[in-house]
Amino acid sequence: MKEIVVLSGKGGTGKTTIVASLAALAKNKVLCDCDVDAADLHLLLKPKAKETHEFRSGQTAIIDEKLCTRCSLCEEVCRFEAIKDLKVDLTACEGCGFCAHVCPENAITMKENLAGHWFVSDTKYGPLVHARLGIAQENSGKLVNVVRQNARKIAEKEKADYIITDGPPGIGCPVISSLSGANLVLLVTEPTLSALHDLERVIGVCRHFGVPPLVCINKYDLNEENTHRIGSFCQEQAIEVISRIPFDKLVTEALVNSMPVVEYSQTGVANHIETMWHRVHKSLGKE
Amino acid sequence: MILSIASGKGGTGKTLVATSLALSLGKQVQILDCDVEEPNVHVLLRPTIVQSKPVCIPVPKIDKAKCTYCGECAKVCAYHALAVVKKLVLVFPELCHGCGACSYLCPAKAISEEGREMGVVELGYAGEIEFVQGKLTIGEAMATPVIREVKRHIDPTKTVIIDVSPGTSCPVVEAVRGSDFCLLVTEPTPFGLHDLSLAVDTVKAVGIPCGIVLNRAGGTYSKVEEYCLEVDIPLLMRIPLDMEIARLYSRGVTLVQGMPEWRDEFLELFHTIEQIVAEHRQVRT
Repeated sequence: MKEIVVLSGKGGTGKTTIVASLAALAKNKVLCDCDVDAADLHLLLKPKAKETHEFRSGQTAIIDEKLCTRCSLCEEVCRFEAIKDLKVDLTACEGCGFCAHVCPENAITMKENLAGHWFVSDTKYGPLVHARLGIAQENSGKLVNVVRQNARKIAEKEKADYIITDGPPGIGCPVISSLSGANLVLLVTEPTLSALHDLERVIGVCRHFGVPPLVCINKYDLNEENTHRIGSFCQEQAIEVISRIPFDKLVTEALVNSMPVVEYSQTGVANHIETMWHRVHKSLGKE
Repeated sequence: MILSIASGKGGTGKTLVATSLALSLGKQVQILDCDVEEPNVHVLLRPTIVQSKPVCIPVPKIDKAKCTYCGECAKVCAYHALAVVKKLVLVFPELCHGCGACSYLCPAKAISEEGREMGVVELGYAGEIEFVQGKLTIGEAMATPVIREVKRHIDPTKTVIIDVSPGTSCPVVEAVRGSDFCLLVTEPTPFGLHDLSLAVDTVKAVGIPCGIVLNRAGGTYSKVEEYCLEVDIPLLMRIPLDMEIARLYSRGVTLVQGMPEWRDEFLELFHTIEQIVAEHRQVRT
């Protein structure tokens, strides 16, 4: 079983569009959405939830006003500026519990957060494990771990050949949790200077965690000079550019109709994505 | 005024709006790039960097001569960054949030703190625009300490524009907290709408008034406009789907530099926001 994670560094380059199409193209796989704080894959795969689980993680301080003597020690020790005028700012509290430990009146207790939910669903493309982080919650990396572990369990049980994972943008904690230990990262980029800059950083993260990357340049004809630049950069880094996908209005049309683009149309972009999938498949075989 | 620019979904045009707004104002303006995982403002503004400062968080350092291996530090650490096994204290710096509880509460006073670098803050200028950006070190997980450090450079006498990372979790909350207004940039697709609604809920949770910029507008999908009416959030600007605008961005050229006619649009946007913020302040007082 091979795990493929789709990342990009920069947001909005087409990760979810690609993953939804791979979902339609690949056989015998489990799907996984690790973009837990702005998950979109379900909008295209239309899952029916089979299981819903609570994700409890982290804590928040609660001050009992009846016991509080207003000594302000809690406010003094908190390094996250989460206590002001003896009120806890729920969005600033990092749950360290320092305040609860030092309060001379034991007026502060730590309450576990309901930080989100995760789901196991059925889709016409196969099982999907996905999640929804609570609004303004922390610990997205831990939720990503829960999602991936459960996708793996299902994949092992069903003897799936692949886990295909839609990852979050950026390079921080949810990205690290999404890629560590995967077989392959597919990086979706676009020919903009911003995307190239972000690509360099996310390649750095792939290297740091020892996961081999492949690159796909989406909307390559938007700026062919930059496409060439990305190509040269990847060559220097000994990273294969496995696909150059042209700009096509069909992609947005498919999205507006909530369908994977390879199902919406069988021409143009759809052919490019299909060829790319064969290359990904071949590249995994080489390992 | 502090104005943050967020989106939920990535790649909708936050940085495009932030940079064009800053350039349209031109003077007495500060731009803070708080997308510390993938900062891009510098790609468009090409600032001259005059100073670079490491961002460190304090992590525990154990004085073996004083340590009695009582295990109190491991017990108080909410992040499991410390473990005590027999005559050994293990420190896992990458798990430490730097709260300081362990050193304060150690009965033997055997814990001091040392800085662990996790990123940098860079300061500079692009013309008269003051530029500040945070950069998380590759391989580091925690963005919030770097964002917090960037925001320490806020100059309240200026108009402050904060470019925020995509998403709705802790880095976004850390970046928008304390803003007078949050501009949410979206696009007319089901993804744009879905993530916009999450971003609106996040901004509401932090208690900041918001407005919407619809980028790549046009086409048949009208649900973002419908949503704005439904939740009563003002749609303040539309930027059309235009290959010329996309090409400018791809070359790292800002909208107002490539198409100067947009400058007035951005100034009008800013004045509308000023009015909303003033009204909001009145309501609160």
